[in-house]
Amino acid sequence: MKIKAKEKKGIVKVKMLIKHPMETGRRKDADGNLVPAHFIQQLKVTYKDKTVLLAEFGATVSKDPYLAFSFSGTKGDTITFETLDNKGTSEKADAVIK
Amino acid sequence: MTISRRKFMKSITSGAAYLTVLASFPKMVWAGWNKAAFESDSYESALATRYPGMPVEDSTAVTLKAPEIAENGSVVSVQVKTKLPDVKSISLFVKNNPTALSASFNIGEGMKPDVKVRIRFGETSELVAIVEAGGKLHRVQQLVKVTIGGCGG
Repeated sequence: MKIKAKEKKGIVKVKMLIKHPMETGRRKDADGNLVPAHFIQQLKVTYKDKTVLLAEFGATVSKDPYLAFSFSGTKGDTITFETLDNKGTSEKADAVIK
Repeated sequence: MTISRRKFMKSITSGAAYLTVLASFPKMVWAGWNKAAFESDSYESALATRYPGMPVEDSTAVTLKAPEIAENGSVVSVQVKTKLPDVKSISLFVKNNPTALSASFNIGEGMKPDVKVRIRFGETSELVAIVEAGGKLHRVQQLVKVTIGGCGG
């Protein structure tokens, strides 16, 4: 996960890019076999023990999902990001607000 | 002090219940993915599954930013924002996709109702943004034309 979180006047702008194939389960490979679905279903953003955002994704979110949002926060604090895909793989990352 | 059998059983069962709660907690946090809504093939059923029984109305209080013509349907940048108060969630639907519901954002503590995300369009389609606020669904839609040939025509 690549995360940028910048604070200005109490509002933190977050831009993030998650590396993930986001396979829909409908695409065929070079040999004509269906590539099994493999996509992120949920993203949870936590700040000071509270959930700021719980995003639910379908298979139609683009490959390597990009997301931008903003919330009320303070410079120097840490935000935590957690993803969960349909295979049950979870990934976690922290970012410090600049 | 002697412990009666009843008391003993009670303490054991309540302790067990507590342990189960602890053990299941990390999974509970992730229980939110609305499988039925995300797997619905039509916009109507996806909407009804995601927001059962909620009234929908067209709104001018929601801003939807998406390209009129997308040369590459696999990466279409979409932004939804609103000044409406008490926004609970924002959802994006692509009517002509095999599964209509693309993404759904549950707005938590301190988050602004303003999200930007990149989604896929299988073909030219109506894009619908739904903002859930004040017990109602506020809808904005826009047609996004997808150029399959990639020649920009």
